[in-house]
Amino acid sequence: MASGLDEETVAGIDIGSRSIELVLLNADGVLRQVKSPTTFDPLGQCRKMMGVIDKSRVIATGYGRKLFAESFSGINVSTITEIQAYALGVGFLYPEAKTVLDIGGQDTKVISLAPKGKVVKFEMNDRCAAGTGKFLEFMALALQVPLESFGEFALRSDRRIKINSMCTVFAESEATSLMARGERPENIAMGLHSAIVSRTIAMLRRVGISFPLVFAGGVAHNPCVVRLFEEQLGQAVTVPENPDMVGAIGAALYARNGVARI
Amino acid sequence: MSNVHDEMWENLNLDLDAHSGLLQVLGKFYGDIYVSQQGRLKGMEYLDFVLSEVHGLRIKELQDAKAAGKKVVGTFCVFVPEEIVLAAGGIQVGLCAGAEIGKDEAEKVLPRSTCALIKSFVGFKLSRLCPYIESCDLIVGETTCDGKKKAYEIFSDYAPVYVMEIPQMKNGCDRDLWKSEVMRFKSQVEEITGNKITAADLSGAIKLVNDRRRVLQRLNRLRAAVPTPISGRDVLLINQISFYDDPVRFTSKISELCDELEERIKSGEGIVPEGTTRLMLSGCPMAVPNWKLPYIIESSGAVIVGEESCIGTRNTRDLVQETGKTVEDMLDAIVDRYMRIDCACFTPNTERMENIVAMARELQVKGVIHYGLSFCQPYSIEAFKVEKALSGAGIPMLAIETDYGMEDMEQLKTRVEAFVEMTR
Repeated sequence: MASGLDEETVAGIDIGSRSIELVLLNADGVLRQVKSPTTFDPLGQCRKMMGVIDKSRVIATGYGRKLFAESFSGINVSTITEIQAYALGVGFLYPEAKTVLDIGGQDTKVISLAPKGKVVKFEMNDRCAAGTGKFLEFMALALQVPLESFGEFALRSDRRIKINSMCTVFAESEATSLMARGERPENIAMGLHSAIVSRTIAMLRRVGISFPLVFAGGVAHNPCVVRLFEEQLGQAVTVPENPDMVGAIGAALYARNGVARI
Repeated sequence: MSNVHDEMWENLNLDLDAHSGLLQVLGKFYGDIYVSQQGRLKGMEYLDFVLSEVHGLRIKELQDAKAAGKKVVGTFCVFVPEEIVLAAGGIQVGLCAGAEIGKDEAEKVLPRSTCALIKSFVGFKLSRLCPYIESCDLIVGETTCDGKKKAYEIFSDYAPVYVMEIPQMKNGCDRDLWKSEVMRFKSQVEEITGNKITAADLSGAIKLVNDRRRVLQRLNRLRAAVPTPISGRDVLLINQISFYDDPVRFTSKISELCDELEERIKSGEGIVPEGTTRLMLSGCPMAVPNWKLPYIIESSGAVIVGEESCIGTRNTRDLVQETGKTVEDMLDAIVDRYMRIDCACFTPNTERMENIVAMARELQVKGVIHYGLSFCQPYSIEAFKVEKALSGAGIPMLAIETDYGMEDMEQLKTRVEAFVEMTR
């Protein structure tokens, strides 16, 4: 285990609504990355993950950042927003990137980037989690498909249908009435995926779409969402190898360099 | 919990239990957001006192004045010319409508998709919680937006409502309309007060209201200093209180506070750490006790150094010319001054874009946060134009749309913090 970390090693932790990611970074790059579900006890999960690095400088991000900073007051913790964290993470992994799209468990963010991961403009959904990972989760449940294979399931559709509602409650009743009309569940799943993508593209247009566009956050694991973005944008989008780690990487980079020197 | 003012409140037909609960919540909220601030000016004690007696001593003053034959006129908008009410020996109070109170009651008579401010004044009335509304002899509505316009029709079933028509453009015929509305209002005020307005009355009232605007202009000049000598929250509170406090006393107290500010500026003392991001607020009015967004902003590494709002510079920027000798001349000066208000109810309202950019430059802010109340079409739509104008001047803007509810605090905090990070 990584005991005896030298002073160069810093940590970034991204406490999201669905999962927590921890990244350790030193001068050579990413040293270690771990992911845990958030559960109902995010702090307990953080403690387990943090066990080995209690002396490092830590930057926390994600919706649990304040809770983390207050609870780990014994160590050197600062916080940054997910927006800055994703911008920095993407700027590090893809220095040419111009746009960041992050669809997480309950938030969607789109960021227009200047060089070195500097934020030029951003948009974020407001209080409602419509069109985020949470939406897909509920819809997968409604169609009795495991979340992990929901994207592949939707890709087996043979007909495109339009789902109009983005609200989880309304969309579910729309899906139910489609089922009652005998529509194939794969087609309904595709309609639900399309609804998310259309909504997100409208948000992207508000900050301006330029390529390379990096798609990060947990929902980037879903192949149907990626496919639909590429279809509608007419260009390939870049998905990092570990799309949900990007925020934690950004936080760790901030711990190492601050924002200016990256 | 009993209170020395219980009898007065009972006479005003307030719901005493619910009202006592409201005052407790307000007190706690005020403690968290205001009293907890470090290094506040001594002069803010007056504001603390006025706010702690917002439903107490000030209402007692209004009741005493009424007993002496004075009339109280309530308003919801900076378009209602206070000079006329004061000249006729009346008292004007701005009704606050800044809390999510009586929402369930309000939604019985209004659609749910109505802005929080409208729901609030209807809610306050229907749940019998506002001693100001109950003290008013006349409540003046205005046609600044469709929501208010139609809500006043419903409100008039419960309160003595009078509505002024506000023009939507600024052509010659619009000024004619506004002048005729000011004349109609003057007759109405003369009728309820029983006092015919003389040139001496009107000239005195113009001077009185201008003096209050002047002291707030002075406050705005001083608070712009670097390092920032007073929190944006405190300046907002002063502007909020200017709507219902006695104008003479208010002006003299704020003048003292400005003297103290000058001393603080001389000593180079700031209220926030060096490097705190200077931001400006723009958009919808924030009525008492709507301190949600300013509190979020000032807990995110930023300080507010200007409010482009009706409870802010839109109400204080322009003075009424004091050169008129006859009532007719002075009324013309009043008409002209109010026609300069750059409310989003006007089209095309280009002067507001110019005013915002000029103000942001003057205050050397890093960015502007545009605040629109949910369902407020005029401001929410105009936010797109404001952003364009500011981006042309190289000033970033964050558009926030929210209401009086607290459930979006965390999301708002993330957006505001990210904006502060971005503008650093």
